[in-house]
Parts: sequence; structure tokens; C-alpha cells
Amino acid sequence: MAAIYSLYIINKSGGLIFYKDYGSAGRMDTNDSLRVASLWHSMHAISQQLSPTVGCSGIELLEADTFDLHCFQSLTGTKFFVVCEPGTPHMESLLKVIYELYTDYVLKNPFYEMEMPIRCELFDIHLTQAIQKDRVALLGR
Amino acid sequence: MQFFGGSEISPSPPAPTQSGNNAHMMYIFNRNGVCLLYREWNRPLHTLDPQQDHKLMFGLLFSLKSLTAKMDPTSPGKGNLGVPQLPGQGCSFHSFRTNTYKLSFMESPSGIKIILLTHPKTGDLRESLKYIYNLYVEYVVKNPLYAPGTPIRCELFTTNLDQYVRSIA
Repeated sequence: MAAIYSLYIINKSGGLIFYKDYGSAGRMDTNDSLRVASLWHSMHAISQQLSPTVGCSGIELLEADTFDLHCFQSLTGTKFFVVCEPGTPHMESLLKVIYELYTDYVLKNPFYEMEMPIRCELFDIHLTQAIQKDRVALLGR
Repeated sequence: MQFFGGSEISPSPPAPTQSGNNAHMMYIFNRNGVCLLYREWNRPLHTLDPQQDHKLMFGLLFSLKSLTAKMDPTSPGKGNLGVPQLPGQGCSFHSFRTNTYKLSFMESPSGIKIILLTHPKTGDLRESLKYIYNLYVEYVVKNPLYAPGTPIRCELFTTNLDQYVRSIA
């Protein structure tokens, strides 16, 4: 059973630029993943409007019946979110690691165009490692 | 139940200490999206007028529910995004957290939605929402003068609700 079901990265205007599935039942097709990503972008914005106090920066954790969704928004508005099993720990730090990989292997790639879908082999390789390492860390605990 | 985690430094607001109340506000919607009750205990920021606020809240819950139903990684056949679903059908959610508040959500089989906004460090409130639903059944549904689908104006309900929310938060 996978601890992490899927990973999404969306750009500042809500477009899906990266999606990877790690074994969820009935995986989504491309159109659905794009829709889900832009829906999440708007839900994130609405949650800021409904805040009872000032300084709200959007949903960080959504607890559904069968999964948890952890979201991290970078200062430039790129959102990273993982869908994982309920109660999976260390997801905030995993998102930070993924963000670091993104800055290192995507943003520093001279052939990468901003806000466009991510197609960087090195990013894929390191991402796979990071997620496995995290799994190992979970097993060792 | 534990409502406050450790005292770590974060950009979240300090927990209000006066009267030990950290609940912000509460909404009750029926299945048609009519706001039956809106209570406010501690809300310094108003961005919209009340009606727009209620509509936005209902819209947020509705869309989040269709999102979770579509995203559900444990069931293979889920239909299209936004396909209408009955209460209790599909994968729903029970809470979400931002840096400034936590929203807890419960939907009864008849489509009554109870929403409670509290301090972000509040623990699991599912049992508390069930208790509030019981209060609703006792003091609102069993009130012979209450017409279903109209805004709740039952003094006993609001006083008991205020008392209970003060005790949990």
C-alpha cells in the first residue's frame, strides 16, 4: 500500500505543470488532472477570502475520508500538493524537499520555460529518490 | 480531546485567551444551500456582506466535496468531476486547515451541513459536530413552531449552542 498517492505542481495561474501518480486506484486521465488542479487553485483562493482573521495564505491540509491533501505554496505562487494516506507524517518536510528539487533541477534548467509543463529528467530522477527515501524513513521509524 | 498543540512559533494568530473561546464562527446549511443559522463569536475580518459570505462558503464546501469525490485514491470508478452526489455518497472531507483557521465540516444524511471555524491548532472536532447536530435535532427539529428550511430562531438552541461551543473551544 502506497503512503503517497500522487503529487501535483500547479503554476501561479492554476495550470497543472506536473502530475505524477504513485498508485491510486482508478488513476485520473490528463483532462481530469487538469480540472482537479485548477479547481484546487480556486478553492485555495476562496479559503483565503473566508478567513475570520487577516493574513490567511490558503489551505495547508485537507482531511478527507480516505486521504489527506497537504499543500505548500511558494512565495511566487507555485503550489505543490501531495495526496497521501490519512495521518501520514512528515509531509510538510517532503513538500519542502520537493520544492528544493524544483528550484534546483527545474528553475535552474536553462531550457525550462517558466509556467510551462515540467519535462526535466533530472527532476524526475531525484523526485523518485526523494519519495522513496521518505518511504524508507517511514519504514525505519 | 486535545485542542492545542505545542507552543511552536508560527505565523498563525495567537490563541485568544479572553473567556477561553477560540471558535470564530459557525454555519448551518440545509441541502438546498439555504443558510439556516450563522453564529459569530470572534471575527475581526469581514471581506464580504453576509449573504455573499454564506454563498461563498456553501460554494466552497460544494466544490471541495466534488474535488474529494473525484480525487479519492481508493475507489476506481468515480464518474466525472462535479457529478451530483447524494449526501453520504462518494468520498467527503471532515476538515481543512489554513494558517489562520481550521474549518470542521459535517453533513447529515438529510443534507444538513454544519460548519465550525476554530483556531488552527484545534484538534479533531467530529464528535463535537455530532453533538451540535444532536442539539439541532433536539431543539430545532423537535420544535413544533419551526418550519423546515427557514432560518433558525430558537432561543433554546442558540443558548445551548453558545454554551457548548464555549466549553469545547
